[in-house]
Amino acid sequence: MSMLAAGTAAPEFTLHSTPDQNVALKEFRGRNLILAFYPADWSPVCSDQLALYNELLDEFARFNAQLLAISVDGAWSHAALARDRRYHFPLLSDFEPKGQVARAYGVYEEQAGVARRALFVIDGDGVIRWSYLSPMGVNPGAAGIVRALEALPSNNIQKTLPADVAQEAP
Amino acid sequence: MLHEEAILAVPVSAQDHVQGNAHAVVTLVEYGDFQCPACGSAYPLVKQIQHRYAGNLRFVFRHFPLGQAHPYAQLAAELAEAAAVEGRFWAMHDWLYENQAAWAAQGAAGLGAGARALGLDEAAIAATLRSPDIDARIRRDFMGGVRSGVNGTPGFYVNGSLYQGDIDALVHSIGRAIARQA
Repeated sequence: MSMLAAGTAAPEFTLHSTPDQNVALKEFRGRNLILAFYPADWSPVCSDQLALYNELLDEFARFNAQLLAISVDGAWSHAALARDRRYHFPLLSDFEPKGQVARAYGVYEEQAGVARRALFVIDGDGVIRWSYLSPMGVNPGAAGIVRALEALPSNNIQKTLPADVAQEAP
Repeated sequence: MLHEEAILAVPVSAQDHVQGNAHAVVTLVEYGDFQCPACGSAYPLVKQIQHRYAGNLRFVFRHFPLGQAHPYAQLAAELAEAAAVEGRFWAMHDWLYENQAAWAAQGAAGLGAGARALGLDEAAIAATLRSPDIDARIRRDFMGGVRSGVNGTPGFYVNGSLYQGDIDALVHSIGRAIARQA
């Protein structure tokens, strides 16, 4: 199965964010969401990638967007990583059944048994608006995410305003 | 190897910190974090590259502090900008990288040593550090880097394209870019 593309409804999920807390996709209706699938906690490329996103949480919030990162690592590993790196966003554990959510999004790497390095931007209606698959060892940065958030209709206020003004004109 | 998709989104301008010949055939832009050890390791290599290619190279430094990973990176960037107000940006840039291990271990107190080492007026520097313009400048550099596809520090752009690979090989990439323009 290939990676889900823009226009597809985002598959629902409920995953552990900590050993005793869950996060479900449907909690984010009405808000935009960035899903960052990554292969493994503690790997150098993943850590750089997440460290960059960790600096951009305010920027994402300006676009009414929440970041969720997902790997097949267990919740205790996630907890240790988040503490060590001072991450201020949830790390979700696609651990049991292993990789089920990554499979649903078409980004599970069977041979290695890990999630691929894939990014999704999902709008407030739960529809995928942008997706991107990065080569395993390449940190994709955040330029694509920022462009995708800017392109969301809900963030495109400049485009909708002139039309409203035109309607009100005599 | 130069990345074909990650292109410098913000052209070099009079707002930038620039060293070298304005008409050089190659412009090297670094997105750097003063507390990042990899940037510290790259610092002497950049100096060597500047020395080797002299008139053919223009070097630009932009801020990319990863403040959560490096708790004093933002303050160090602010200190460099405060020094810039006194016309001493590059002196502070060099001091921060040459003494990175020492000041990073001491945090804000360690950075105070930088102001003293450069003979800057500490009261003036402290006043400048409170200016919101300094934060805005650093954030502008940072977001320009994000839009350009910077994915970690140091991020180097050779004539506008992101360099990907071993920093030791950056010199060859620049040498080739100069040869192509010659």
